[in-house]
Formats: sequence, structure tokens, C-alpha cells
Amino acid sequence: MAKILHAKYMAKCIGCYSCMLACARVIKHSFSLTKSAIQIHTAGGLQSRFLADICRGCIDPACARACNCGALLPRSGGGVRFLSDKCMGCQDCVEACVVKTIRFDHESNKPIICIQCGTCTRFCPHQVITMEVKDDGQ
Amino acid sequence: MANKRMIKVLDIDLTNQKVETFRREDLAPYIGGIGVAAKLFAELVHPDKDPLDSAQPIIFANGPMSTIFPVVTKTVAVFRSPLTGEWGESYAGMRLALAMRMSGFQAIVIRGQAARPVYLSISDHGVRFKDASALWGLTVSETGSILRDLEPGRGHRSCIRIGPAGEKGVRFANVNVDTYRHFGRLGLGALFGSKNLKALVVHGERDEIIQDYAKYNKVYKEIYNQAVTTDIMDKYHGLGTAINVNGLNHLNGLPTRNLQQSSFEHAQAISGEAFAEQSLVRKMACAGCPVGCIHIGLHRREFGPGYDYESKNLSYDHELIFALGSFLGMSTQDKIYELIDAVEELGLDAITAGVLLGWITEACQKGIISEEQLGVKPEFDETKPYLEILKIIIQQPNELYQTLARGAFAAAQRYGGHEYAMTLGKTEIAGYHTGYANILGQAIGARHSHLDNAGYSVDQKLKNKTPEEKVAALIKEEKWRNVLNCLTICLFV
Repeated sequence: MAKILHAKYMAKCIGCYSCMLACARVIKHSFSLTKSAIQIHTAGGLQSRFLADICRGCIDPACARACNCGALLPRSGGGVRFLSDKCMGCQDCVEACVVKTIRFDHESNKPIICIQCGTCTRFCPHQVITMEVKDDGQ
Repeated sequence: MANKRMIKVLDIDLTNQKVETFRREDLAPYIGGIGVAAKLFAELVHPDKDPLDSAQPIIFANGPMSTIFPVVTKTVAVFRSPLTGEWGESYAGMRLALAMRMSGFQAIVIRGQAARPVYLSISDHGVRFKDASALWGLTVSETGSILRDLEPGRGHRSCIRIGPAGEKGVRFANVNVDTYRHFGRLGLGALFGSKNLKALVVHGERDEIIQDYAKYNKVYKEIYNQAVTTDIMDKYHGLGTAINVNGLNHLNGLPTRNLQQSSFEHAQAISGEAFAEQSLVRKMACAGCPVGCIHIGLHRREFGPGYDYESKNLSYDHELIFALGSFLGMSTQDKIYELIDAVEELGLDAITAGVLLGWITEACQKGIISEEQLGVKPEFDETKPYLEILKIIIQQPNELYQTLARGAFAAAQRYGGHEYAMTLGKTEIAGYHTGYANILGQAIGARHSHLDNAGYSVDQKLKNKTPEEKVAALIKEEKWRNVLNCLTICLFV
């Protein structure tokens, strides 16, 4: 079964942003954190805890259901595959995402979609984020 | 990386509430960081005017590698020091270098004086001058909480601000950067206050395309792996800079009780090991640094009868444990946390505050300043009088406190006691009493800091070498550190 991204151990996060830099670098060839599909921020300032806005790898993804141009396809094991060429930039997936973690990139006119590749987890110095098989209770 | 480098400078005029941007190709040979900031400072400083004159510039600069390579996390601030009247140079980490990078500015210049309190909201979409009258007088943490709600850019922004000390012109007021880091030394906070500038919130959403992805990715990975999988950074991530407390104490190099001693009988209780074992709750990192050397301890305090407790997460480092700990004879972690909390909220440089309190204590013992003037009787290992003094220094109700607000050198000029005012180049000493190379290094270094040339390290590594060899090592190291500081690579400050 394909694995999906988890952020179960955020209490160990040091806020180094290496994951965001990795996603932007490897997937988007950009230095800019805005291009990263994983977003780290604090719950309420740096004295509070860190949170990760990530794709939760839905088995029946609402974003793919909302996509009417065939750009987002459910991926076995959870999450989606993104066929960028097919995307027309309607932003319906952004609206549809249950946990509101799809952001829209106005420069490319495409959503920033996590493709569940696990690159970010390889640059986490404390294994805060991991790739694991989705346990959805089924 | 970029083919034709140029430095984009944001020039902010507080007096007229105008901004301009300059694309300066001519600054490219200065690399970035301290190189660029020094050049801009040379162009803009008014050597004939007082450090707090409204015309004096504040310059921030990051470097070409900021954030996009591991451990390149610093922003430099250059200014004319309100504490010494001389060169002011200070570094801070956390999110500022990242936010500047994403806003597209490699240097930010702030000049003039606002008519009333303002804060600046700086982004890739321009600069807003915003009313800070409701923030004036607030502590550092309250100011941060409010700005967090008022400003956009969650997670990618940086919020730097002063506390009451900067507003009241205390010459060793700091500028807090994102809660846990600071432009600590040489009084940048006083300069903010004199300009009626409470805070800067910097954020940006700019894209920046990688030119040569394969090459960059390879180099990034190499450095990342060095930092994360080898042991070269172990001491910084493990115990943090506080690892030095025990080490220096064993070398007889831990300034204690206003340097009446150089080892401390309670060093073990306030060592990095003890802090980690007893109160460390988490570690944090500056944006783009996988090391995570920022150590956060839990300070729990009973504020009333009936088990009423409050708690605070405070950042500790070697310099704080020295300046607010051994230097003041503080025997427990709780006492040190009390003082750290006070300097953080008021917005004071911890090192100068501690070293000044040391002088005050000895000066009072020797009778050159009186308990009446001070309002309290300072004593080593007693937090209450020190907390009181720090508060009164902000208000400066009498001539003594007005003088103390100018630092230990100024106080000794006025009242005497130079022989126990622990300053070098009018700046209060750092926490490494390792020998002559350290003292010489701090005395001749551009910013009178132990970080200029690592004299403390020369003392240890070249222990059996001649004085000439040690001097040569200091000069060589200072030159090399200037390169690192142009690149704004972290030196663990």
C-alpha cells in the first residue's frame, strides 16, 4: 500500500522549515516557501506549538471529486495525483479541500498540490513528519 | 546563482513617511550582510551628529545565501551605537533573514523620526506606516501578540520590536526578533525608540526560481547532511551554547560576581547540563537551520497563595547564564529565569544589563553609590533588588539612574570604580574569561564582542604559542569572520 504524509509528532518540531524548503526546491524548483505544499506555522506565536498544514491523503479525496477537468485523480493508498497540464485553474479543489490545505499559486494559475512524494520527510531532522500507510479504520 | 547580482535596497524615511527602492549593482562586490551594510552606513552616517539624532540610519542586511542554505540564518544590523557612540553591529536570527528574502530586499535602511509612534509593515507589496500609539509602553511579548493578529503572513513573516527600555532611550535596549532572538548588543533598541519606531513586521510571498537546480540541490544536500548526520553540530543542538558554562568554569574562565572570581561554586546547578535536565522543554531553530540550537526552558513561578502558578517558556543561552547568573552570583536556575524574563519583557540587552548590575553591586558595596540613591540594596544572589533596579532604569527618576541607563562605562566615568566596571571599548564584556587573547580580541574587535575574532578559542587552542602567534591568529580569524558575516552564516550568537 502506498504511504502518505503524516505529521504526528509536531511536539518535536523545531521550526527549521527544512521541509518547506525541500518541497519548494525539489518539486517546484523555487527558493520560495510559498511554493511548498507543506506549510509550518505556529498555533499562536513562537511560544506556542508548531502546526503543519498538510494534505491528509484522503482515500476518497474531496478535491479530486470537485475537479471536473481530470487534473486531480485519486491515488491508491490516499491522496491525489496531479496532472498539471489538464488543470485550468478553477480553484474548485481549493474550496473543496476538507482541511483547507490546498493553496492556489496565482503566478502559475495552478493549485499547490501535495503529491505524497515524501521529499519533505527526508529533510526533517527529527522525524516529525513521516510517510506511513494510511490507517483509516477500514 | 543569480547571473547579474545586484542588491535591492529599501530606503524608508520615517520623517516624511516616504519609501524608495534602489537596485544597486555597485554593491554586489560587497557580497551582502556586513559588507553591504557597512558600505551603506558609510554613505549615510552623520559622524558629526549624536548617535540618537534622527538623521542617523539603521541598516539591516541579509546575504545572498540567506535561508536557502542550512545555517545561513542571520541578519545584520548596523548603526551608530547609542551605548558607545561608535560602530554598532549586531546579528539576529529566527525569521528575519527569511522574511527579507521573500520580500525581495537584501538591505533595509531606516532614517528620520516619526512624528508619533509607528510600526512598519514591510512586504513585497510596499511599506505601510502604521499607528503604534496603542502599542507604546507595552512589553515585548504583548507587542508581539498584538502584531501577530494585526499583520498578515503567518509562518513566513518576522516581527521585530522594542520594549519599554527602547522607548525610554536606555542605551543598551535591544530589539527583539520573533520572541527568541535579538539584536542584543550596542543599543539598537534606543535608536528605534528615538525614531518613534516600535516595530517592523516583514513578510513576503515572492517566488524566486532556482537557476541551476541540480547543482544547487546537490550542494544543499551536502551541507544539510553535514549539519544533521555528522557530529559537528552536536554540541549546539544537544546542550546549546550553555554547554560552555561547565567548561569555562573548569578552565577558571567563568566571570563570577562582577569578575571578583572566575569560577563559580554553583556552576554545576546553572550549567547547560542542569538546565537541560531540569527545565528544558523544547528546542527551536531559525528558519532554514536544521541544527536547532535555541533552547527553551520552562519557568514556573508561584504568583499567589493557594497554588497559583504561572509559567513561561524562556530562551536560555550561555551569555544569559553568565551575565544574569554567575556574574551576579545567582545560585539557581529559577533566579536566572526571573532575570531573563525581566530583560526580555523590558527589552534590554542581557549581557550589558547583567554586567552593569555587577558594577552597581560592587559600587554600592564600596560606597561610591548609595542605597538611598538606588532605592534598594543590591546583593549577589538576590533577584528582588536587581528586578527593581532594572525597572527603575527604564524610568530614570534621578541622576544616578539616568547615568546607569547609559551603561557601566558611563556610570564609572561619573562615579568612579573603573577598575571593576567590566567593559572593553565601552561595551560590557561577554562571558568568556579565558585569557589575554579574549581580552585583546574584545578590545580591538570592531564591535568589541567575543564574536569578532574568537579570542576565547585562541586562548585555548594556542595556549602554548607566543603572543605574536596569538595576535596573528586573532587577525586572521577576524578577517575570515568578516567573510562569514557578509554571507550572514551563523556564528552561534
